[in-house]
Amino acid sequence: MYGFEALTFNIHGGYLEAIARGHRAGLLTTADYNNLCQCENLDDIKMHLSATKYGSYLQNEPSPLHTTTIVEKCTLKLVDDYKHMLCQATEPMSTFLEYIRYGHMIDNVVLIVTGTLHERDVQELIEKCHPLGMFDSIATLAVAQNMRELYRLVLVDTPLAPYFSECLTSEDLDDMNIEIMRNTLYKAYLEDFYKFCQKLGGATAEIMSDLLAFEADRRAVNITINSIGTELTREDRKKLYSNFGLLYPYGHEELAICEDIDQVRGVMEKYPPYQAIFSKMSYGESQMLDKAFYEEEVRRLCLAFEQQFHYAVFFAYMRLREQEIRNLMWISECVAQNQKSRIHDSVVYMF
Amino acid sequence: MAEIRGGGGGCCPPMDLMRSEPMQLVQVIVPMESAHLTVSYLGDLGLVQFKDLNAGKSPFQRTYATQIKRCGEMARKIRFFKDQMSKAGVSPRVILDKDIDIDLDDVEVKLGELEAELVEINANNDKLQRSYNELVEYKLVLEKAGEFFASAHRSATAQQSEIESQQVGEDVLETPLLQEEKSVDPTKQVKLGFLTGLVPREKSMVFERILFRATRGNIFIRQSVIEESVVDPNSGEKAEKNVFVVFYSGERAKSKILKICEAFGANRYPFSEELGRQAQMMSEVCIIFGCVSDFVYYLMHTVSIQGRVSCRPVIYLLSAMMMVDSQKLLTLSSLLIMFQVSGRLAELKTTISAGLDHRKILLETIGDKFEQWNLKVRKEKAIYHTLNMLSLDVTKKCLVGEGWSPLFAAPEIQEALQRAAVDSNSQVGSILQVLRTKEMPPTFFRTNKFTTAFQEIVDAYGVAKYQEANPTVFTIVTFPFLFAVMFGDWGHGICLLLATMYLILREKKLSSQKLGDIMEMAFGGRYVIFMMSLFSIYTGLIYNEFFSIPYPLFSPSAYECRDASCSEATTIGLIKTRDTYPFGVDPVWHGTRSELPFLNSLKMKMSILLGVAQMNLGIIMSFCNAKFFKSAVNVWFQFVPQMIFLNCLFGYLSVLIIIKWCTGSQADLYHVMIYMFLSPMDDLGENQLFPNQKTVQLTFLFLALVSVPWMLLPKPFILKKQHEARHQGQSYAQLDETDESLQVETNGGSHGHEEFEFSEIFVHQLIHTIEFVLGAVSNTASYLRLWALSLAHSELSSVFYEKVLLMAWGFNNIFILIVGILVFIFATVGVLLVMETLSAFLHALRLHWVEYQNKFYEGDGYKFAPFTFTLVGNEDE
Repeated sequence: MYGFEALTFNIHGGYLEAIARGHRAGLLTTADYNNLCQCENLDDIKMHLSATKYGSYLQNEPSPLHTTTIVEKCTLKLVDDYKHMLCQATEPMSTFLEYIRYGHMIDNVVLIVTGTLHERDVQELIEKCHPLGMFDSIATLAVAQNMRELYRLVLVDTPLAPYFSECLTSEDLDDMNIEIMRNTLYKAYLEDFYKFCQKLGGATAEIMSDLLAFEADRRAVNITINSIGTELTREDRKKLYSNFGLLYPYGHEELAICEDIDQVRGVMEKYPPYQAIFSKMSYGESQMLDKAFYEEEVRRLCLAFEQQFHYAVFFAYMRLREQEIRNLMWISECVAQNQKSRIHDSVVYMF
Repeated sequence: MAEIRGGGGGCCPPMDLMRSEPMQLVQVIVPMESAHLTVSYLGDLGLVQFKDLNAGKSPFQRTYATQIKRCGEMARKIRFFKDQMSKAGVSPRVILDKDIDIDLDDVEVKLGELEAELVEINANNDKLQRSYNELVEYKLVLEKAGEFFASAHRSATAQQSEIESQQVGEDVLETPLLQEEKSVDPTKQVKLGFLTGLVPREKSMVFERILFRATRGNIFIRQSVIEESVVDPNSGEKAEKNVFVVFYSGERAKSKILKICEAFGANRYPFSEELGRQAQMMSEVCIIFGCVSDFVYYLMHTVSIQGRVSCRPVIYLLSAMMMVDSQKLLTLSSLLIMFQVSGRLAELKTTISAGLDHRKILLETIGDKFEQWNLKVRKEKAIYHTLNMLSLDVTKKCLVGEGWSPLFAAPEIQEALQRAAVDSNSQVGSILQVLRTKEMPPTFFRTNKFTTAFQEIVDAYGVAKYQEANPTVFTIVTFPFLFAVMFGDWGHGICLLLATMYLILREKKLSSQKLGDIMEMAFGGRYVIFMMSLFSIYTGLIYNEFFSIPYPLFSPSAYECRDASCSEATTIGLIKTRDTYPFGVDPVWHGTRSELPFLNSLKMKMSILLGVAQMNLGIIMSFCNAKFFKSAVNVWFQFVPQMIFLNCLFGYLSVLIIIKWCTGSQADLYHVMIYMFLSPMDDLGENQLFPNQKTVQLTFLFLALVSVPWMLLPKPFILKKQHEARHQGQSYAQLDETDESLQVETNGGSHGHEEFEFSEIFVHQLIHTIEFVLGAVSNTASYLRLWALSLAHSELSSVFYEKVLLMAWGFNNIFILIVGILVFIFATVGVLLVMETLSAFLHALRLHWVEYQNKFYEGDGYKFAPFTFTLVGNEDE
């Protein structure tokens, strides 16, 4: 079908693509961020946001605002937009949109399980969950004692079930295991999503494979860096890398044996797209890596809008909105805690 | 603005719809202390459009950001009240006197107090409501679970008795294993715990599944549907729920179930274990059946009268003594709890209703002042927003504002400024000065309720450039007229007239209430529709159609049949007996074979005449513009050649049409027009309408051909020359100008020093010329839609009349007749009155926007949007 999407895409996807592109125009611009950065308190932020799409969601909040309220309302807006799109979507777009949620589902599962492990209140945990990753029986996760139970009890009903096939051990849950579970799930999810996009073909496959490959590579680097100095073996570590992406397979071999951050850097600098990211950082530093990756991701996501008639715009839009909410959270936190000098540390500008 | 619209008469200068109001850019310098009052008075006046002088600043960096925040907070509280009032069904009192002066600070304090009070009441009510809802749920659990236990017990005992009877009846033949299994005594079963509660219905299946999985199937769950929806105590929303009873064994299972219940938001209620035990105990004690149930009920009755204390031992005793049916006893004791519950419920209910009453009273007091506060807060917010547009003077003692205002408003503004200075006890007055600028001022037409709708029609295409000739002046007449040409039927016209008269007569009432989307549109255009209906009655009389039926209204038909044989609709057999029919089409044409050719010829020619007339009007309007803006170039190199071109071709055609009508000539006009271009030298032959026609045609053709390069070439060159001259002059002239005006000019934007690109101007002119030349042909053809639509309308209506009404009549059956009349009415209203109106409206719109306005209308202005309070009140956020 490649090259012929233009003929048929608009029959089902035209309206939604228009919506997504329209929403994109509502993303906060650099000028907005500059204004937000000058805010003195959270009320100023609310006032500034009242002129944006978030206005109606924030206007009924009583005056002593909290960062969480702002983030919550902004997320609510995102979820409403997402649900609106999902309602209008037909197959296979609805499946595609559903896929976007799975990442949050995995995060939520991990959040609840970890929380229960540390004996937190379930209600409190549920409030912390990302609303996009909610499913019916999520609270029941607290009942499970080990991975097998987790799967058998709750997750078998969710779309995450197939991803679990790789991490079905009856070991008790501990922090390490949960983290491994998260990464295994993510690996399976990304691979599945990748396969699904390949099946869709056309521009969607082309752009999404690029975006997902970037995601997979970023995860590989993060896993490597986070597992340095832990008891995770090289083999286990390698198992957590997704089996696609620019680093696959040779980069994975090399990453698996890295013992410190500079070695990771050495590996990554062999790949031109990542060279730029790593060359920005000084040696031995990994703090700014997240931001560098985010910036690169945003750049790629923005590029997804350059082409028409494909589903990647939805993915890109959702990701950009999430980044926007992260930015707002950071700015609000900085403003609330009087750390305005650090405001620019973590804000990723989009346009 | 409202007062001007409403007044219309003496106070205001005469309405000038042709040119927009002359505007001026004024600068107001207001001392800080009187700024608020000044802006407030200017808002009442509603004739100044402030420019945002702080466009570079973000909203919270502006001078009055804190006040805006305060207003925002108050607005939030007011929204909260509104929400609460609409929930409680209290409607705010409509205020009659809008000018009650209230202090904003008082309002703020008052709002804060009321909000706190309301929130507290709500919290209390919520708490009460919650426990009430919990009790309701508890009651339901008791009912349902009680039913369940009762029925389970009944079936169990029945089974047992059956087994016993079986054992008695046929002993050895039965398979011994099975029997052993069956005969297990129910009382000796493993101790099972059980939980009861409610679970939302949509989650019930998943709940059951998860429970089943979590306990590996070692549970027994029963659910029973509650028919009516229950208010959930936690969320306070109505939900459909199921009552469940879960039996489990073991503590681990219990903790799991508890967690799952929590996860599913299932509210558990103790169906007291004691009660369960009771049931067990009772069943142990009382195995014998058939006791006096009446007595138990009597007992229960007395117990409920005496109160609920110490009744249980009595029952124990009684039951033990009298060997009461255990099941009945179970029912009894659960009934007892039910009784307690309903007692509490009644108590709570009265408390809640008292609380609600209190709340309602509070809300009513709020409702009394609600509109007043709402208006005040909105006004204040608007004032502060406007104040934020003013720039702060360096000394921080006064505010400087710039804005557009109509020339005539200058004294009123001055007066408002003085009044504000006096009222606020300011030591210095405000200063008003007029700035000179090259910026284009906004367009402001003073319309009244009649002209507004027509102005809207024009504005929908584009707002007129400042002081440009306004097409609305003629649109008021031509628009309804062209509509009516397409909608000519005086029956339909009267229907439209009645509908729009309803809107107009009730306009006071309707304008104050909220109408639906479509109704709003019809109401807004009521005067347009009114004019349209008047004109369509007029054209309907000309076409002589009343629901497609002709009436000899003005005199009998001029023709009569020569003999009896001419009745079958021919014109051949007719002879003229009287004078020509005085007004419109002779009714005799209707239904004849030559009706269509006759009407088509008439309407087609009429369309061309109307079209040429309207296009000429458009070109004349361009002359008015050229004259007004003193542009000789546009007169001589645009208006004159355009006039010549159009009239030499289509003006000539129109003249030919009229001559043909007057003389009754048989000449073929198509032929004349076509061969005027193809072979102008040929003889006209029988198509000659007047002497020397050939010479005239040759002259016209020549003139038309000459006018094309005339339009195209000179104007760009002249403009170039003018620009060069101006540019030269300017480099010297600028030295003479004072600093002040220089500053103003830089303020006014860079319009003064526009780049002159000759190629661009030339291409532009080329496009214009081509558009006009081609347009002259295509636009004339476009006016034929008048004929087409009017034909469609009359044919449609005659089809409905003949094929529906007359056919139904022909059956001589009252039922068919009624159906026929109904179909006719619906078809007439739905198709002819609604859809045809819409389509004729759209075509008339097109003829105005495209064929008429493109001759002269630039439409690139922007609307005057003054700061006014009249809109503040009714905007809905």
